[in-house]
Formats: sequence, structure tokens, C-alpha cells
Amino acid sequence: MNMETGADTAAGRLETRTPTLEARDLVKTFGHVVGLAGVSLQLYPGEVLAIIGDNGAGKSTLIKCLSGALAPDAGEILVDGTRVDFKSPVDARRAGIETVFQNLAVAPALDIASNLYLGREVRRKGMLGKILRTLDARGMRNDARDHLQALGIATVQDMSQKVETLSGGQRQAVAVARAARFGSKVIILDEPTAALGVRESGQVLQLVKELRSRQLPVILISHNMPQVFEVADRIHIQRLGRCAGVITPQSHSMEEAVAIMTGATQIGEAAGDSSGQ
Amino acid sequence: MTAITQPTGEVRPDVTPAARLQHTLHRHPALGPASVLVASCLVFTLINSRFINPVNLSLIIQQVAVVGSLAIGQTMIILTAGIDLSVGAAMILAQMVMAQTAANNHVPGILALLLGVAVGALTGFINGFLVTRIKLPPFIVTLGTLSIYTSIGLRYSNGASVYSTSMPSLLSWTGNFVNIGPFQLTTGVLLMLALFAISGYSLSRTGWGRHVYAVGDDPEAARLSGIKTGRVLLSVYIVAGVIFGIAAWILIGRVGVASTNNAINANLDSITAVVIGGTSLFGGRGAVLGTLFGALIVGVYQSGIALAGVQSLYQVLAEGILVIVAVALDQWIRKVRR
Repeated sequence: MNMETGADTAAGRLETRTPTLEARDLVKTFGHVVGLAGVSLQLYPGEVLAIIGDNGAGKSTLIKCLSGALAPDAGEILVDGTRVDFKSPVDARRAGIETVFQNLAVAPALDIASNLYLGREVRRKGMLGKILRTLDARGMRNDARDHLQALGIATVQDMSQKVETLSGGQRQAVAVARAARFGSKVIILDEPTAALGVRESGQVLQLVKELRSRQLPVILISHNMPQVFEVADRIHIQRLGRCAGVITPQSHSMEEAVAIMTGATQIGEAAGDSSGQ
Repeated sequence: MTAITQPTGEVRPDVTPAARLQHTLHRHPALGPASVLVASCLVFTLINSRFINPVNLSLIIQQVAVVGSLAIGQTMIILTAGIDLSVGAAMILAQMVMAQTAANNHVPGILALLLGVAVGALTGFINGFLVTRIKLPPFIVTLGTLSIYTSIGLRYSNGASVYSTSMPSLLSWTGNFVNIGPFQLTTGVLLMLALFAISGYSLSRTGWGRHVYAVGDDPEAARLSGIKTGRVLLSVYIVAGVIFGIAAWILIGRVGVASTNNAINANLDSITAVVIGGTSLFGGRGAVLGTLFGALIVGVYQSGIALAGVQSLYQVLAEGILVIVAVALDQWIRKVRR
């Protein structure tokens, strides 16, 4: 069924499962600039797929297409094997794909519970909610607390705390928790640790592992090789608008990954592996 | 098991009293203006004991009714990181429409009232349309519509005043007295308090309110959360316009005459009340409760300084200092970090 298993053979196994999220030959150009020159990608249930690449390699364009922020010029996107056509991020969200953008997209002056439910507020049951449109503030706070605790975010206790009073790591955790709360199929994280210190990055990576253990597949865009090699199951390498190959932390070393990323070596030469693209 | 261990931001032994104060004010933005209000009342009472007399307090609240109502709409707009310089002009236009249609065109009172409120809503819609669709900065839009609404009001009324004696009683109903205990209030005051209650509820207890704060706080985050930011912004300007229309009704009752010379300083006074009330000009922070305190503070200073036997120019001076202190305080509070 799945015709595009070439990339997976680098990992030495043949996938027969239907990918949760799949992209086929995505093309996106901006005038003369080629953002994506035919990129395919498969994301399987319960895996962390890292996307690495130099600046301008097409990482951002790729995830913007997957999250509905950009519409590809050609190619198709499939969710659970069914073709989808995202016209906006709202469409992607409806399909169960939640994205945490690099700028976090949390409202700093609102509290944690409000941020978790922003745009998806829950009203009180009964007449109050129906006629006066009263929000179920307590219900949302309780749910937010339960959800954060379930994800292992134990440092944040008070859900009425404003997000701007949190540390960078806690803020990122809130953003990820928000995505996990509503993302039923796929979580996309764009450079989640770029602005964080070592310890805080560790917290976010822990959260990524927690999501995987819940069988929720994650796409992780990152520049940080040690982090990528720590959490990723497979690594999709973007180079010059194309996929230069898909490797695993077991099949290749960090140096080899960087070499492929920068074009110093082709995927075939890197580890004596002849099964590249 | 996978607990992230890190000290929480709440209890830390090294917090200074200043930092604690900063945190408290950050959490409860209305606390600052409330304490200023109480302290000012105490000081003015010590200077002249007539200040605390119920008659005087009643007068202060009556004087605050118009600007206080305008300041509600102004608060909503400032919460979205906007500003409205045309509030007074919109109110005067709505007021002239109410008075003229009733007195000269013999439209029934209730219809004249609704017509005036609709004009208020229309002025808000025009501002909101220019801000959200043409993407012009609110300051510029309302600077322009300030002149436009003022001139339309003058043209429409030909500069003539309409006395409440020639209007249906409904239009001057807001000037009727209501006695509550030792206090003599007006129905206009009660209407203002009702507006504060309704808008406070809408902003703090409904999804729409959350979206208003989110749009003012971080429009990009709001958009990515699926909030239709343009629609929220437009709705804020229209709701504010309706409130300015109701303020026009309160104004007729308060002054007893509909004239384009009414409430000359209302534009800036409404912004003063909002800012003293602790709402941030940068959007996303504040509440209408603070605005109520802010409007009362302005009224208290007017009365208190007059009763202290000091020239009224010091009242203007005090107001100016309060505005600057309030904004400086807001800057400091916004710097709050873990």
C-alpha cells in the first residue's frame, strides 16, 4: 500500500503501517525562491520525527504546510491515509494537528487556564451558560491542573497564575500542554528549546517523551543536534528545499547528520549505507 | 514520575517588600486605584470635614456619571491596545440626534433614544471598520473621526441647543433623583453603575471578554489560537459606540439641555479615568472596576480641592500628576517576572 518507504529503509525496516500524517511531493515556491522542491514525509503513530536542516533548507515552509499556515503549490497531505486540504491553521487543528510555533503563541497577560482554553472556552452548563454565556472558569481551571499534572508538569500549581510570571521553560510547557490537550493526532513543535537554558530544555524534552509514551506522534523542528539525537526516533534532513534523507540516531552519528545537512556527504556515503534516496 | 523539578515562582525567601507589592498589584490591577481613592478621601476629609458629607459624596458621583460611562467604552478599546479620541464627539452627535428627532421631528421618546444609541453604534462601527479593515492605527482613525463627528454634530444641530423641557420625559429621565439612604443619586448614576456591572461581567466571565483581552495582549497569539481577531476588535468598537450612545442619554439628564457645547473635555477625561484606573495603554491588562475607581478619583479631587479652598488649577495639576504616576506604575508592574 505504502509506495514511499524508500526513506525508511535507511532505518533498515519496512513500514507497512499507515502514517498518521503523510506529505507527498510538496512543492512551494515564493516567486523565484524555491521553498520546497518536492518533499515527502511520513509520521507514524507514537514516534518522534525530528526535522533538521540549515537555515533556508525549507524546514519552516514544510511545517507551515503541514499545519495549514501555508498552502502548498503542488503535492498532497494525508491524515490517516485520507487526503486533506488545509486552508488555514484552524482546518489543521480540526484534523487534530496542533502546532506550537516558535513564538509560543501564548498570551502573557492571561492566566494558564485561560491560555490553555484560548479560543476554545467552555461555558457553564444550564441557563447561565446558555443565556448569560458564563464561562465555566472553575471547570477549566480544574481540567487544566489535571492535564498539566498528567503530563508531569508539577511545578505549575496555580492555574490562575499569569503566564508572564512563569519561567521560559514553564511557559513552553504550557504551550506544549495546550497543544497536547487538543491535538488528538499530531503535535508539531517548532524550535521548542531555542530560547531555553539547558535545564529548561530538558524539561521540554521530557514532555516530548511523555507525549510519545501516549502514542501521540510528534514532529520536532530543532537546530540542536544533541537534543534531536536524544529524543528522535527518526530524523528527516532537509537540504535546499529537498529531503536529503531520513536517518535514525542509531544508523548515523551526529557528525554524519551534520555532514548530510550541509551537503558535505550524500546519505549513501555517510555510513556505507546504499539505500538512500 | 516524570515530574519536572524546579522551584516554583511563588514563595521565595529573597523577595523584597517592593517585589511583593509589584506582584500583588500585578494580580489585582484595581487595588492601586482603590487605595488611592480611599487615601484621597481620608486626606480631603481631614482637610475639610464637609467632604465626607453624604450630600457632597452624592454630588461627586453625579458628576462622574457621564465621564464614567464613556470611560467604560474607552476601557474596552484600550484593552485591545487601541485608543478612542472621538468618544466625546460620538456622544454629542448621539445626544443631538436624540434631542432633535424628539423635539423637532416629534419622534416618540423611545424611538429617539434608540436612534441616538444606533448613531453611537454607527460611529463605533466606522472607527472599528477603519481600524480592522483598512488597518489604520486607532489613534489616527479616531483623531480623524473626532473632527468628523464634531462637525457633523454641529452641522446637524446648526449649533442650536435643545432644552429638556421640549423633549419627551424619557430623554431626561436619567436626571431623576433616587434616594438611597442618606445619598441622593440620579437614575443616570444607577444606569452608569449598571453599565459597569454588565461590562465587567462580559469582560471577565464570558469567552468574548477573554478574547478581547487576548487580542489586546498578543494579537498574533490570539489569531493562532483560532480567534477571529478582526471580528473581536470590530465588536469592541461597536459595543463601545452603544455605550457612548447611552452616555449621551445620561448627559441629557445631567445637564438638562442637549448642546454641542456639553462635555467639552470628555474625550481626554475618559482616557484619564481609564489610565488612573490602572488599565494599561499597551492593551490586555486592566478592568472596568479600576476605571470606576479612576473616574471617582477624578471626581474626588475636583470636589476635595475645591473644599480645601485651593485654586481649581491645582485640581488640574493633581490630575496630570496622577496620570503620569499611574502610567509609570503600570510600566513597573508590567516588568514583573518570576
